[in-house]
Parts: sequence; C-alpha cells; structure tokens
Amino acid sequence: MRCVPPNFRQGGLCMAMRNGSLFKSVDWITIFIYLLLVIYGWFSVCGASYTYGETDFFDFDTRAGKQMVWIFCSFGLGFVLLMLEEKLYEMFAYILYGAVLFLLLITPFLAEDTKGSYSWIKFGPVSLQPAEFAKFATALAVAKYMSAYSFSMEKSRHFMTVVGMILLPMLLIVLQKETGSALVYLAFFLMLYREGMSGAFLFSGVCAVTYFVVGIRFSEVRMSETIPTSVGTFSVLLMILLFTAGMMWTYCERKKPVWNVLTVGLGATVSACLFAEFVIPFDLVWVQIGLCIGLVGYLLYLSLSERSKNYALIAVFTLGSAVFFYSGDLVFNKVLQPHQQVRIKVVLGMEEDLSGAGYNVNQSKIAIGSGGLTGKGFLNGTQTKLKYVPEQDTDFIFCTVGEEEGFLGAAAVLVLFMLLILRLIVLSERQTTVFGRVYGYSVVSIFFFHLFINIGMVLGLTPVIGIPLPFFSYGGSSLWGFTLLLFIFLRISAERKRV
Amino acid sequence: MSDYNLEKRKLVIGGVVVSVVLVYLIRLFTLQIMSDDYKKNADSNAFLNKVLFPARGTIYDRNGELLVYNQPAYDVMVIMKEVEDLDTLDFCRTLNISRDYFLKRMADIKNRNLNPGYSRYTEQMFVSQLSAEEFAVFREKLFKFKGFYIQRRTIRQYTYSVGAHVLGDVAEVSKRDIEKDDYYRMGDYIGIQGVERSYEKQLRGEKGVEVLLRDAHGRIQGRYMNGAYDKTPIPGKNLTLGIDVQLQQLGERLLEGKIGSIVAIEPATGEILCMVSSPAYDPHLMIGRQRGKNHLELSNDSWKPLLNRAVSGTYPPGSTFKTSQALTFLQEGIITPETSYPCHHGFVFRGLRVGCHAHGSPLPLVPAIATSCNGYFCWGLYHMLGARKKYGSVQNAMTVWKDHMVSMGFGYRLGVDIPGEKRGMIPNAVYYDKRYKGSWNGLTVISIAIGQGEVTLTPLQIANLGATIANRGHFITPHVVKEVEGEELDSLYRFPRNTDVDKKYYEVVVKGMRQAVLGGTCRGADIPGIEVCGKTGTAENRGHDHSVFMGFAPMEQPKIAIAVYVENGGFGAVYGVPIGALMIEQYLNGKLSPESEVRAAEFQARRIMYGNAER
Repeated sequence: MRCVPPNFRQGGLCMAMRNGSLFKSVDWITIFIYLLLVIYGWFSVCGASYTYGETDFFDFDTRAGKQMVWIFCSFGLGFVLLMLEEKLYEMFAYILYGAVLFLLLITPFLAEDTKGSYSWIKFGPVSLQPAEFAKFATALAVAKYMSAYSFSMEKSRHFMTVVGMILLPMLLIVLQKETGSALVYLAFFLMLYREGMSGAFLFSGVCAVTYFVVGIRFSEVRMSETIPTSVGTFSVLLMILLFTAGMMWTYCERKKPVWNVLTVGLGATVSACLFAEFVIPFDLVWVQIGLCIGLVGYLLYLSLSERSKNYALIAVFTLGSAVFFYSGDLVFNKVLQPHQQVRIKVVLGMEEDLSGAGYNVNQSKIAIGSGGLTGKGFLNGTQTKLKYVPEQDTDFIFCTVGEEEGFLGAAAVLVLFMLLILRLIVLSERQTTVFGRVYGYSVVSIFFFHLFINIGMVLGLTPVIGIPLPFFSYGGSSLWGFTLLLFIFLRISAERKRV
Repeated sequence: MSDYNLEKRKLVIGGVVVSVVLVYLIRLFTLQIMSDDYKKNADSNAFLNKVLFPARGTIYDRNGELLVYNQPAYDVMVIMKEVEDLDTLDFCRTLNISRDYFLKRMADIKNRNLNPGYSRYTEQMFVSQLSAEEFAVFREKLFKFKGFYIQRRTIRQYTYSVGAHVLGDVAEVSKRDIEKDDYYRMGDYIGIQGVERSYEKQLRGEKGVEVLLRDAHGRIQGRYMNGAYDKTPIPGKNLTLGIDVQLQQLGERLLEGKIGSIVAIEPATGEILCMVSSPAYDPHLMIGRQRGKNHLELSNDSWKPLLNRAVSGTYPPGSTFKTSQALTFLQEGIITPETSYPCHHGFVFRGLRVGCHAHGSPLPLVPAIATSCNGYFCWGLYHMLGARKKYGSVQNAMTVWKDHMVSMGFGYRLGVDIPGEKRGMIPNAVYYDKRYKGSWNGLTVISIAIGQGEVTLTPLQIANLGATIANRGHFITPHVVKEVEGEELDSLYRFPRNTDVDKKYYEVVVKGMRQAVLGGTCRGADIPGIEVCGKTGTAENRGHDHSVFMGFAPMEQPKIAIAVYVENGGFGAVYGVPIGALMIEQYLNGKLSPESEVRAAEFQARRIMYGNAER
C-alpha cells in the first residue's frame, strides 16, 4: 500500500516517521558505488589541478577545495532528494521540463562567451550550466509522458511526440554551441529501444556511422591495379546489400526472397569483379548502383504482392542508405571546412596531426600509457601536472587516473561504472511503474553515453566530444546534474520497494 | 511484440555496456602495459636534464705563474615569444652585426631542422661568446631589447702567448669523441692538444645535473622531487706544470724564424722545464669564435706550426749520439777510457771513409768526445760488431747494442704526458738482415755510431739522453705536469729507470762533455760561473746539416739538461751551442746578462729560410 503522508500538502517532505522504512528500502549498493566514485573523483581532481609546490587541497581557492564544496553540496542535495515525496517528481515533471526549456532558451542571451560556447549563466561568483540540469528534467518529462495509460510506442503520433520532447532541449543546447552536451540526448534512444522502439532504428543509426566511417576511411584506396573503384564506395554499397538482406531476414516471414537477393546480388558483384579484373576494367560502382536500384524495385514489388508494409520500409532503408552515403560523402568533401575534414581524418587514423587536431588525444595517450600497471602515484603524474594534456581536470580527467593510478586504478574506475550501470539496469527492470522504468533506463542511457564517449575519446577510440566523466570531471554543475539524475531514481526506486 | 520480448532487451543493453567496458579495458591494457613507448615519450616530454658544467681546472707553471684559466664569455640568448618592438637597427649596431645576419639567425633559430630543440618559450642561442667589451656595450642597452638575455659561460684564456704546443687547447667535441666516451654530449668541450688533452679527465671535472620539470610550453616548472636526483658538478683539478714560463718564452724567442725544437729537463725529477717547437703559434688564436678559422689557417701553413716537433719530430741525433756509443763500448769492454783510435781526417777502412775534421791523432776517449771525433766511434762500433768471440755473430752483437740503446730510452716512446709522441728509430739485427738480406757487418752500418744512418731520435729523447748522463745512469720519464691537485702522479713519472751502463763509465763521458765545453766543439757554451757539459751535433741530411746541441749544467748536481735542435742550422756550434748556452744561463741565473741579452736578440732576429721554396 502506498503511504500518503499527512503533511504532503503543507511541505512535501516525508518526515522522520518514514525515515526508518526509507533507510531500509533505498538501494545502498548504488549509493556505495556513488560514494566510491565521488571520492575517487575528488582525488583525481586534486591530482589533475595540483601544481607543484602547492599542497593545500582544502583551500577553497583551489579547484580541489571548490570541488570539495560541490561534493558536500551534492551529498546534501542527495539527502534532500531522498527525503522528498516520490509523487512530487511525477507531478512536477512537466513543470520542471518547461522551466528547464525556458532556462535553456534564455541562456544564450545571458551567457558570456566561454571558449566559444554560450552555456554558462553567472549567479554572482557561481556559474551554472543549465544543460547539465536539462537531462534529468527531460528524463522525468519523457517518463511521465510514456507512463500514461494510453501511450503506445506503436502509435507514430506518440512516438514522434517523445522524439520531439528529446530533440527540443537538444536543439536548444546546440544553439548554445555546446554540441557535445547536445549529443548526450541521443542516449535516450537506448531507453526507447528498451521501451519497444524497433531495433531497426538503432540498427540504422549504427549503419549510418559505419557507412560514413568506412566510406571516408577507404575512399582513397583503389580496389586493385586494374579496377578503378574505391574500396570505400565498393564496401559501403556491398554493405547496403547485405544489411538489406539482414533486415529482410529479421522483419519478414518469408525467407526465400532473402536467398534471391543474396544469390543475385553477390553473384553479380563477384562476376563483375572478375570481369573487370581479367577482361575489361570498368568502375564496379555502376553494377552496384544497378543492383541497389533493382533491389529497391524488388522490395516494392514484394511489398505490393505480399501486402506487407515491412518490405516497403526496408526499401526505404535501402534507398536511404544509398542517399545517406552519397550525401555524406558530398557533405564531407564539399561542405566541411578543411580543418573539420582533418579532425575527422585524424580520428579515423588516416592522418597524423600531433600538433593540431590530434594533439589532445596523443598527449592523453602518452599520459595514460606512461602510467604502467600501478601508476606513478598520487600527485606524481608528470604529464598531467605539466599541462601536457589540455582540459585535464574536466573532460580529460581520466588521463590523470591512468597516469597516477595506472592500469589497476583506471580499470577500477571502468569496472565501478560498469557495476553502477548494470545495477541501475537491474533496478530499472524491477520497477513496477512504467514511469520508474523509463526514468531508470534514461539514467542508464545517459551514464552509459558519457562513459562511452568520454573514456573513448581519452583512449583515442571515439571522436573528441567535450562531455564530462560523471563524478570525476571538475565542476559543480555536472556533479549536481548527475547527483540529481541518480538520486531521483533512487527515491523513485525506493518507493517501489516499500509497496 | 510481447512485453517478455522487450524485457529480453535488458540483456542487449547490458551486453553492450559490458562489451564497451571490455573493449576499453583491452585498450587500457595495450596502452599501459603492452607498450613502453608512451612511458619513454612521457619522460622526454616532462623531464629536462639541465647539465651543470664544472669549472675546468686551471694550469700554472713551476713557479706558480698562472698560464691557463677560465674567462667568462657571454652568449646572447633569445626567447622568441617575448621579443616585441625590437629596434632592429639599434640592435644590429650594438652587436655589430648586419641586418641580413640578424634575419638569417632569427630564421635559423626557428627552423626546426637546424634547431630541433626549438621552443618559443625557452632561451635559444642567438650569438655565442661575446667578449667582455662587446658584452659591456650590449648590456648597456639590454633593457631596450625585450626577450633577449645574457647567458654566462666560460672559455679558456691564456696569460702568455707561449707554450701553445704544451698547453694545448679545447674545442667542441667531435662525433667520434662522443662515441668513444659517453660522458660527452653535443656541444661539450674537450681538450684537443697538449696537456688539455692528456689530462682531460682531471681538468674537466665531472658534470652535474639538475632534473627539471618542463611543461607543455617548454617552461620550467621546478625541480623534480626537490632535487633528489640532482648532482652537483665536481670542478676540474688544477695542474702545475714543470714548465718555467720564462725559459719557455726565451726558447720561443730564440727559435723565431727557424724550424726546430728545444727541450729542457730537470734531471733529478724528469720534469720538463721547457718544450719549444718552432714555428710556434699564439695559443690565443685557439679561443673563441675565431678558433675554427685560425685552426684551418695554421693547418694549411707549409711550415706546419701545429706540429709539436719536440715529441713528433724524429731527427738524426748526429754527434750527440756519440755519448751513448761511448757508454755502450765502455760497458761492453770494447774500449777502456784509455783506448785510443787513430783518425786521419776520418775513419778510412777497406775503401770506406767517414770524414772528420782536423784534430790530433790518435786520441783516447775523453778528447775524442770533446773534439767529436768520428773515427773513434766508428772504430768502436766496428770492433763491437766484429767481436765474434764475444757475441758469436754480428746479429747477436747488434742485439746487445740495440738493448743498450733501448735502455737509454731510444727506439720506443718515452711515455711523456703529451699526445703525439713518436718513437724514433733504433735499427736492430732483424731490420738489417731484411734490408741487406743477411749479408752485412759493422762496416755496412757504421754510420749509426755517429748518430746518422737509420738512427733517429726525437728532441725529447736527445734531451733525455742529456738528463741520463747528468744523472749518471738513470732517468725519470720526462713529464710536463709536475703536480695534479689532490692526486698522485703516475708512477711512471715518480720512479727512475736505470740504463744498462755502470755509473763509473758515465763519469768518463761527463768528463768528455765538460772538455768539449772547455776546449772542444762546445766552447761557445762556456758560461762564467757555471760548469756546463755539452756535446754538439751536426746532423747530415739530404739538405743543409741540422745544428744540434745536447748538454747539462752544472756538472755536479745538475739542474738542467737540454737539447737544442735547429733544422738546417749548419754546425752544432752555429745555432745549437749558443742557444743552449743562453737557455742554461736563463734557467740557472733566472735572467740573462746584458751581453747575453744582446746575443739573444741577435739569434731571435736570425732567419733560416732554407728549403722554404720547396715547402
């Protein structure tokens, strides 16, 4: 039975009478991991912001001292969030969402230029980044919308509304020139996947990235001496064929057309290859484009003859893939500035540019690589101390961990985050309400996205997108934002247990 | 799709999370544990080993006169980032450089191919080794030139303009030096010649190091671990030479315009009192920015001024060698002091003739030495090599002879502490067997008895012969360095080496050399109040004879033994004797008498241009 506190209307705080049961029902495992991460994070900030000869970490003028204050504030914040009535979050979800949207909207007008972005609002001595607080508000609002009884992912109007709710703050953040923070909202699609969005969407997203990467990476490599086709184009067009067959296999009942597509497609491609190599050299792309057009026609034919919408959708996928690939290629070569092209090429490993675009990542790899198994010891890192790594106490803080604590320390951080996320998945699955589950998965998705991008970029595996590592990167806004996100879920989750 | 199917998606999401973390863990592992490159990269990034150079040891003469010391020089350094509003015209004028040179230097500094360690944030060398005067002018205006700094360093400086061959010089290390000794780094200095080279290890001291932390812009952020890995430099040791700088100066004066060498040794200690090689050059030429140019000029000079003839020149010793022959024949019992040999204008036997000047005949040993009778020593050698009963064969006799020569310090390097020493030539039986295909006898090789033929010695070896006779049978290996601060000399320079000849025979030779001064060929060496002993030499060679003198003084408790060698100087009495006498007078009296001073000036002015056209 749900307990409605008598003083709900007066203040909203669940008072002492209920603390005993809350104490039992809150998920201590998550809190424990949270505390470990925050404390580890504080030591990392000490290490990263330490300059030689200066050891007073408790001085509030130093970054370590300030971070200490933010940490205690967030402990207080976490406590208050746990004390609040769970119903409040659901009640105020839209209001918070609206307020945050408003804040995001006015931010660019109030904010000063900080390294080219307009995302910080100053309140006296304190600067806040509203984008960090928009995440939990968006998660709450989406959770509330999706928990409505009549909501169905199948209905495209509902689905589009959800997508709109996600894209709206994203767009506003892009307007602040904080592209990195905006991209975090893509993480919500992972939650939508859990809630029933077709895997085809995620698959299409993965395909798009693959086409782009493969197409650009191998665009300048020729198939062979005789065949004047670029390996990039050839591979992407072949992939379109294979992925389409895969989609047909997954989403359509009849398997025979799949075999037709594979035999004709691969057969034609292979024989064209042989013909071009040994008889008359020609550009294979024409054959492949022909195959794709034929494939689309075949799919449309199937869709009409079988009266199945899926075939038509797959045809859209096939056509979309080809269009995306060619337009992506065009955008890359014609629209992007040379320095942007270089940045992408550096990430793809096509060019080395150690003094420019590749500098951060190279220095970051040097810092981490120099850590060895056990690291150089707390405050003994040389690369990060001597400012070889830019943004070392914010976005690149994982370098400090890698350099000073070594493989063991860095692996511990990764494992802790993995445990946290897995624990949150378990908790989300245990939710009895759709609201709780959707919110839980939003939290999971956001943490995962930050972990994936931030550590990936430090390790040189993902592009450099400036987003913080939760609980580690210096800064109050990000710490509070993640604390809000996590403790609201803990509060919601605790309520379920007490039922 | 059923809810059950959707619940399975938690596994997909969890799986993605776990696989991403796994991939990152593998990446971490390869970065941190599989590869060492990043660690090395990090160290070269962050640590700057700043070398602290020790002061090189200074060099004094035997009387404590400072000869070589360190002088501050000033390098103009520039930090590119800080250069602004530079009045180029004023700057160039102050440093006395052209605008083109200025632009070229600035471009070269920024060129990473030429200057791999370039950073806009650190000091780069703009001009090196300003003199004190140039520095004074520049310092006045330094405040106007933002971004320019002065860096002090030391260069070698010489008090006197003499002794370049002995003192040697320093220059930047070559690639070979670096390969041979990993103490050296690019741009370090190393001794090139003379004692600077042979006592390099003592003079250089030991470099210290300061481990500094360098940030991403190349700026120094402090000392690593508070200097736990730092090392303070150990200054080089000072040297005191046996050289008497006054004597050296006089020697160089006297040989001006001539090719030759003077070596003087203190017989009791083996310390070299002076080592003159002419033509000499001013050691100041080897300092500073002009060194390279000057060195090239000297090495192209046809008179070969860079050659230290005192140790690297090998010459026929001429008649000075007769003393060693007398000692050998006496020791071997071939002659006694009373033995007389005839000499009718030379040694004439079986159609062979070695000429001699006019003197009484026959003569016993003492007057034979005094008059430098060729005949006497030719007979001596003839009898020695012909003594089949005693030695069995001419080869055996030759070997005995050679052993005596070697015991007197000939035929091998003496081991002087100056680089470039030659061993000279003392022929042995094997040599003659090969040369004459086994068919030779005393007559064949007779000219070695009078220091001609195959025999060659360095002036140092001739001087050492003088010292050995002065000591009556032993010598201490001649050495230039008398004392190394806080270190014992090599035992080679502390303990005597005895020759194979009895002391009593030396007394006979000493008597002969004294006679030569009193009434023989060396009359010119008779200095009032000093008992000088001497022996002239007139060394025949393809051109004009070389003029040689070997002597010591005083006769009892000798203080100085000397060899003078003047190429193409004619008779020993023409150059060798008077120069030797002046040197002895200078050393023993501490100065020259006014008459001697006049004579010295006269010798200084004389030139021997013989053979100049062929050079």
